[in-house]
Amino acid sequence: MELKVLKRSTFPIRSEEDIVKARQIVRNWANEVGFKLVDQTKLVTATSELARNTFVHGGGGEMMLEQVEDGTRSGLRITFQDHGPGIPDVTRALQDGYSTAGGLGLGLGGAKRLVHEFSIQSEVGKGTVVIIVKWV
Amino acid sequence: MERIPILKMGKFLLVSIQVDMHDRLALTLQDELTARIVEENAKGVLIDISALEMVDSFIGRMLANIATMARILDAETVVVGMQPEVAITMVELGLSLPGVRTALNIEKGMEILNSLLQSETQDGTEGSET
Amino acid sequence: MEKAKTLYALLSGHQNEILRQWQKEQLAPGVLRSDLISPDELKQQMEDFLRYLVEAVKKDETEDMSSLEAWKEVRSFLTEISKTQAKKGFLPSETSMFIFSLKKPIFQLLQSYDTEDLEKFASDLWKVNTLLDQLGLLTMESYLKSKEEIIRRQQEEMLELSTPVVKIWEQVVAVPLIGTLDSARTQMVMENLLQEIVRVSATIAIIDITGVPTVDTLVAQHLFKTVSAARLMGAECVISGIRPQIAQTMVHLGVSFQDITTKATLAEAIKYAFSRVGYRISKGESTK
Repeated sequence: MELKVLKRSTFPIRSEEDIVKARQIVRNWANEVGFKLVDQTKLVTATSELARNTFVHGGGGEMMLEQVEDGTRSGLRITFQDHGPGIPDVTRALQDGYSTAGGLGLGLGGAKRLVHEFSIQSEVGKGTVVIIVKWV
Repeated sequence: MERIPILKMGKFLLVSIQVDMHDRLALTLQDELTARIVEENAKGVLIDISALEMVDSFIGRMLANIATMARILDAETVVVGMQPEVAITMVELGLSLPGVRTALNIEKGMEILNSLLQSETQDGTEGSET
Repeated sequence: MEKAKTLYALLSGHQNEILRQWQKEQLAPGVLRSDLISPDELKQQMEDFLRYLVEAVKKDETEDMSSLEAWKEVRSFLTEISKTQAKKGFLPSETSMFIFSLKKPIFQLLQSYDTEDLEKFASDLWKVNTLLDQLGLLTMESYLKSKEEIIRRQQEEMLELSTPVVKIWEQVVAVPLIGTLDSARTQMVMENLLQEIVRVSATIAIIDITGVPTVDTLVAQHLFKTVSAARLMGAECVISGIRPQIAQTMVHLGVSFQDITTKATLAEAIKYAFSRVGYRISKGESTK
C-alpha cells in the first residue's frame, strides 16, 4: 500500500535545547495521531536518542516529522539528517555497547528496538540519515 | 541559569526532577549532587522522577553515575516514582540500571534509606568503632 | 447541440434522472438491505452523494480524482458511508455496489446523447468508468479499514479480559496467566501489571504461569522484561507455577532465571510475598 503523507514539518537540531524541543514536538504529534501512552514514550525516547546523535556526532542537522498513512494504519515517520563525518561501520554502530561519546552505547540499536521501521544511510565525510516509522 | 533544587531532609538529600532536562542540566545536577553529599555529609539520596515523561540513555547514565558516585561517598541512592510507560521503554531500550535502588514513591524510598542506615549503624556499634 | 456538452453539463442537467434510475437499482427487492437501512435513509445518502459528485466534477474537469481538493468532500462522504455500512454488517459486495450500480444510469445517459460523436462517447465513457472504479476502490478500502479497526478493538478487549491483575493483600498483586503468551499479550500483561502496581502501591507482584502450556526463549524474555520494568519502578516480581517440564526446557534452552525469584506453586509465592511485606501466614483454629 502506498504511503500517504498527511502533514509535514521540519525542525532544526542545532543545540541541546533543540533536542528537548524535538521530544516535545514528537510528543504532541504522537498524541494527536492517537498513540497510546507507552508508544508515545517509546517514540519520544527514540527521538531523543537520534536527535542527540544528530547534534553530538553529526554536528547538528534537522528533523523532519511526517504524519503518514498506508491505507489501514496511521503513524509517524521521522527523518534525522546531518552533514557530519558519517559512520564508517553502520552494522557495528547498531550493536549495543558501541559508543563514541562515552555513553552507554544504546543510542542507535536502542532506538531501533523502540520503533517499527528503522533505516540508516551513512557516508563518511557526507553525513547520516536515519528514518524511523512507528504505527499506531 | 536553570537549576534543579536539591533539598536536605535530615541525613538525606531529596531531588525532584520536574522539568524536561537537557543534557547540560543533567550533568550540572550530577555535579551539584555529589558536591552536596560531601558538604552535608548526607547518607542517602532520593531522586524523584515521577514527573519525568521519558528516560533515555543519557538520563539513564546520569542516574547510574549518581548512584555509583554517591556510593563511593558513602551514601545510598534510591530512584523513586518511575512511571510504568517509562519503565517499559527503558527495558526495551536496554537500560536496566543495575546497582540502582528503586522505590514506588518518596515514602517507600525513605523507608529503604532508613532501614539501610539503621543496619549500618547497628553494624557500626557491633564492629570496631574508631 | 447535445454532443458538445461537457461531462459536468451532462450530469448536472440530468441529475434527477440519474438519481431516479440509480435509486431504482439500489432499492430493488433483493438488493436493498431493508434489515440494515431504511429506504428513506438510503435515498437521502444517494441524493447527497450525487450532489457532491456533480460538484466535484464541476471543480475538476480531469475526472480522475487527481485534484484532491475537488474530490475531498466526495471522498470523505463515501468513506463515512462505507465505514457505517461495515459496522452495520453490510457485505463488501453490497458496499461496493453502492458505487458500481451508478454505472448503468450514467452509461445509459451517455449512450443516448453521444452516439453521434463516437470519439467523445468513448472518451466520456472511459472517464466515467475510471472515476467510478476509483470510487468503488475507495469504498472497499474504507470498508476494510473499518472492519480491521473492529477486529483490532476486539482483540484488545479480549487481551484485557484475559489478563486480570488482582490485588491479594496490601502491597501484593498477582496476575494468573492462562494460555499461550505471544508478544502482544505479554505487552498487555506488562502494561496492566505495572499500572496496577502504581495504582495500589504494590511492592511485590506475583506472575503465576501455571496455566501457560509452553515457555520458549521468547516468552521467557518477555517475562524477564516485565520483571525488569517492575524493578525499575520499585516493585519485586515473583514467578510461580513453573511446571517441571518448563523448568527442564529452560535449562535445555540455556535460559537462566538468575536474579529472579521463582516459586513452584502459587501458594508458595503468596507465602513469600507476605513475608516480604511483613505478614506471616499461620494456622489458627478452624471455624468449621
